Amino acid sequence: MLYAIETSGITKRFDDVTAVNKISISVKPGELFGLLGPNGAGKTTLISMLSTMIEPSGGSALVWGYNVMKDADAVRQNIGVVFQDTTLDDRLTGRENLDLHGRLYGLDGKTRKERIKEVLSLVELTERADAIVKTYSGGMMRRLEIARGLMHHPHVLFLDEPTLGLDPQTRMHIWDYIKKLNKEEGVTILLTTHYMEEADRLCDRIAIIDNGEIVALDNPQNLKNSLGGDVITLGLENPGDVDKLCNSYQKDGCANIITQNQNEVFITVNNGERQIPHILLLASQAGIPIISVSLRKPTLDDVFIHYTGRAIRDKEVSVMEEVGYKMRSRRK
Amino acid sequence: MTLDRAVQTVYTMWLREMIRFSRSKSRIIGALSTPLFFLVILGTGFSSAFQVRGGGTFDKSYLAPGLIGMSVLFASLMGGVSIIWDREFGFLKEILIAPVSRFFVSLGKAIGGVTTAMIQGILILIIARLIGIHYVSFWGVLAGIAVMFISGIGFIGLGIAIASKIESHEGFQMVMSFLTMPLVLLSGAFFPISNLPAWLKTLVYLNPLTYGVEALRYFLLGNSTIPVWQSIIVLVIFSMAMIALGGKLFGKMRA
Repeated sequence: MLYAIETSGITKRFDDVTAVNKISISVKPGELFGLLGPNGAGKTTLISMLSTMIEPSGGSALVWGYNVMKDADAVRQNIGVVFQDTTLDDRLTGRENLDLHGRLYGLDGKTRKERIKEVLSLVELTERADAIVKTYSGGMMRRLEIARGLMHHPHVLFLDEPTLGLDPQTRMHIWDYIKKLNKEEGVTILLTTHYMEEADRLCDRIAIIDNGEIVALDNPQNLKNSLGGDVITLGLENPGDVDKLCNSYQKDGCANIITQNQNEVFITVNNGERQIPHILLLASQAGIPIISVSLRKPTLDDVFIHYTGRAIRDKEVSVMEEVGYKMRSRRK
Repeated sequence: MTLDRAVQTVYTMWLREMIRFSRSKSRIIGALSTPLFFLVILGTGFSSAFQVRGGGTFDKSYLAPGLIGMSVLFASLMGGVSIIWDREFGFLKEILIAPVSRFFVSLGKAIGGVTTAMIQGILILIIARLIGIHYVSFWGVLAGIAVMFISGIGFIGLGIAIASKIESHEGFQMVMSFLTMPLVLLSGAFFPISNLPAWLKTLVYLNPLTYGVEALRYFLLGNSTIPVWQSIIVLVIFSMAMIALGGKLFGKMRA
């Protein structure tokens, strides 16, 4: 088996909407792979197909070597899934939730006991393990779900928006757990997110997905580099020097792209911080006084805008979903 | 799936129902109080107001089997329909994604629900005895408990089938009022079914709960309008049909 997850032209149509359109990805064992895209891009639909929750309308997918349609039970035994909304039984304790999960996946009593101890300490819930889940905070519930997803030693773990609706601190904690379990348990992880920072910090490779199609796929660094590098902005004392400065950079050939406005020059270069001394040296050789320098690294936001032609409506969406999530957990 | 896994699956689902049941004390008290109010208040009211055909006063024992049947009906329908809650609060996904047979999942859920229904039925049986209702024999009581089991399985299967088809929990309220009240009122729980007008008699004889109540009445009090062997046959067929239907529809269910 070469890939932990391999899809070829996988497609899902709902009536007249194509949620996922001929997506082909290959995820290596042990990789932490991210699907980044706005809501409604098809991320959850793709995960649902890979985790055998819904059947594809076309194409095929192998998860840990098993076909998601023909071998659903074998796929299920080898994957763990953490859904977007909570799927815990909130009348039970954390430990009971884990124990029932272990039973459903055929672990014997001794294995269950040991494994519950392991996964609880992994997500640091040991002390609250015997409290009823209803009394947990949103972050604790998410950690318990991650722990539960790991109970049966899955080879592949699907995380659908693992930090949705959580506060920034809790989010960073969850990131630590995700990194830790990817490293320590060696589990292949496919996560979806619409948070740029999350994808950037966690993932080995990212597929940017929009309208059910993959528009870019690479590691975060290459994605950012594909925009041509870092942007250095130089502020000039004399607006009249702008053209002269541009010419000297042009001749030198150090910059990929040079643009200008009234009294500023923007140069896109590789390895921005190493280029700053050279750039400034050229300016002083040309006798042009510089009053300010700033360096901006391209973010995944820039990449996203570049490939989809629009920004992800990060704030708007997350606030709305946070409210939805809270309402959902409160209604119980 | 091996036999071992099948048993484990059924047991897991049963265990979950038991833990949840043991944590919902208010639900248990509520479930017990309704039939007991009926028994005490309705029983006393009936005995003071009516005379039984041929003389003598109304004996409130008459109501006991009907009320046990009613509580088994409520508890088991609820047990089946609780799948709607599992879906609403997400836990259903956890079950549906597990590498186990859906049929054994629903069977475990059914056995769990029927256990809670029987616990409630037996508690009412005991309390009714304490307030002065006499049962014909110990073996009759045991047979009555078996009847609770068979009819409970049937109504749980029905509940699971309904839950698999209902889209939202709003529909649940409707089902409960459109289904439970007619089932109870048309079951002979509150009145003898021997001298009914034809239209009512037809409805009563189409109601599976009638056979549960009649069988309970036979085993607990020693008399019934419908011969007990007929009641048992109808109940067994009903239960097998419903659990098959419930299992089948649940198998096709999407979270």
